[in-house]
Amino acid sequence: MSTVIKPEQTPDWRAFPDARGHFGPYGGRFVSETLMEPLLELQAAYQRDLQDPRFLAELDRDLAHYVGRPSPLYLAERLTRELGGAKVYLKREDLNHTGAHKVNNTIGQALLAKRMGKTRIIAETGAGQHGVATATVAARLGLECVVYMGAEDIQRQAPNVYRMRLLGARVVPVTSGSRTLKDALNEAMRDWVTHVDNTFYIIGTVAGPHPYPAMVRDFQAIIGREARQQYQAAEGRLPDALVACVGGGSNAIGLFHPFLADEGVTMYGVEAAGDGIDTGRHSAPLCAGRPGVLHGNRTYLMEDEDGQIIETHSVSAGLDYPGVGPEHAWLKDVGRVQYVPITDREAMDAFHRLTRTEGIIPALESSHAVAYGLKLAPTLDPEQGIIINLSGRGDKDINTVARLEGIEL
Amino acid sequence: MSRIAARFEALKARGRKALIPYITAGDPEPGNTVPLMHEMVAAGADIIELGVPFSDPMADGPVIQQACERALKHRVSLRKVLEMVREFRRDNIETPVVLMGYLNPVEIMGYETLAEEAARAGVDGVLTVDLPPEESAELAGALKRHGVDPIFLLAPTSHEARIRSVSEVAAGFVYYVSLKGVTGAATLDVEAVAQKLALIRRQTDLPVGVGFGISDAEAAARVSRIADAVVVGSALVKRIAAHADDPATGRREVAQVLAGMRRAMDQANTTPA
Repeated sequence: MSTVIKPEQTPDWRAFPDARGHFGPYGGRFVSETLMEPLLELQAAYQRDLQDPRFLAELDRDLAHYVGRPSPLYLAERLTRELGGAKVYLKREDLNHTGAHKVNNTIGQALLAKRMGKTRIIAETGAGQHGVATATVAARLGLECVVYMGAEDIQRQAPNVYRMRLLGARVVPVTSGSRTLKDALNEAMRDWVTHVDNTFYIIGTVAGPHPYPAMVRDFQAIIGREARQQYQAAEGRLPDALVACVGGGSNAIGLFHPFLADEGVTMYGVEAAGDGIDTGRHSAPLCAGRPGVLHGNRTYLMEDEDGQIIETHSVSAGLDYPGVGPEHAWLKDVGRVQYVPITDREAMDAFHRLTRTEGIIPALESSHAVAYGLKLAPTLDPEQGIIINLSGRGDKDINTVARLEGIEL
Repeated sequence: MSRIAARFEALKARGRKALIPYITAGDPEPGNTVPLMHEMVAAGADIIELGVPFSDPMADGPVIQQACERALKHRVSLRKVLEMVREFRRDNIETPVVLMGYLNPVEIMGYETLAEEAARAGVDGVLTVDLPPEESAELAGALKRHGVDPIFLLAPTSHEARIRSVSEVAAGFVYYVSLKGVTGAATLDVEAVAQKLALIRRQTDLPVGVGFGISDAEAAARVSRIADAVVVGSALVKRIAAHADDPATGRREVAQVLAGMRRAMDQANTTPA
């Protein structure tokens, strides 16, 4: 399984995945036969549309006028001063319409669905951000929308559930398994296989069978393309490090991918260590899991010695997932990106610190990236700079934070 | 000749179609499985499909999902399932056994180890639901080296080229999924199945089994007129679930359902359509 590539063989990062969706030994298409033909159709449609100037123009227009792109690259001056190290820049994906990076992808996939003549959209969601972003674009395009969400997550993310319903989506609670994101994904797959003729499945992260990991990455790579340009405009050089949280890993790959060939840029993918890696109660497959096959791709997983997927834990519903995108698995093995753990406690502290220092309430997912940035910046020089991907805003999490701190809202 | 091929030949010689029950191993508890296998053979099963429990059975409906959950409460692993087959083989060396499950437990055990241990335990075929032919070369090769048939699915969405690529790597029989959906889904359209089977038979000489959505003796009989084998799963697992606290009653009901299907199938194939 090990595929460590020596420096003289540095690969062309943009050439991956291969035609069958492999990133080294990871990725691929591991689905039942019924879904193979639909996946091949999707891949063909996607490749065709990606070359179509009208599709790209429509996407760009929507990203500018509906999502509000480009999102700012904000220099957090007060935080930088307090930390006394590298300049800390925040990529403000929290300022997108719907409040997170998720909409970059749902806009793209919904346009694709429309062009493929699909009339019904389904999605899975954990924190509810992807569900909201999907319900939003479905409302705008007049498409029927069904969102699968773990019963546990429905409890944790009540405001987002209501938002989806306001937008006209049907939110279906999933009560099987651990009642969280992975089970919602299982259920969405079951729906897709049953209604494959008229239904487009908008996967929210860079996981799933090929072409999803590549397609979602391509729609999210706008984050990194903008950040690269914005940082160069501000500093006249490239950043020294990038930091992003990794559940499935879509905001992270979106930031990282356009920088992969820039050897001087160090990258940190931050996984949810929950109560701590050594407690076993976490969601950090890259830090503490091993390779296997789930949800259509080969990747690192949280699993027991029999190959059963084990329950994960994170204070953040969006990171509470036992797998991770296959490109991250590969970037870990080849050593291009370092994957590091941040506990619930550290993420909560970072949540408060950013809120109080910069007046920005980060999502609990993004708070994991902020927490690692707080550790990293002081170890670097003031001439250096880092970009933290602020993938979403924290309004949806205030109930969770209040509850954890014993406050009744 | 493999046990599966021999069984299909013997059935053909007698003008009979194969009845293939599916049960989840270890449901509702590990001690139930081997006795149930024997009782199903006595009720007319020709081949047994033994489900390997998995935590995330994406291709299955709620009935088999819950069967997996019941079995996993007893930590029924792939290794335990192989032990069950070994135990079954002490009293039955004729009835082919096919393992059906998902890839991840096989990945963890290792392809070569699984192939070797499956062959040693007396397993005749392995069907991994989430392993399409494109990704299967390594596992299919290992299984074939050890004389175990890799079984593959075909679906309503499979076009001619895919049917050909599946038939190139498959052995034993091919399993046609009769509808777009998960196991235990609504009723099937026998006319549509017949059309697809004609297409499949132009691409392969392997026997063709049909499953998903066959819930009673009448459906089994109708499908048996056009297919070489009828696979029935959720309809049986429901009986096991209904008597989870009294497995012996569950086994008796499963045997009754199977015996009814057996009679209806045999009758359908001795009388003109």
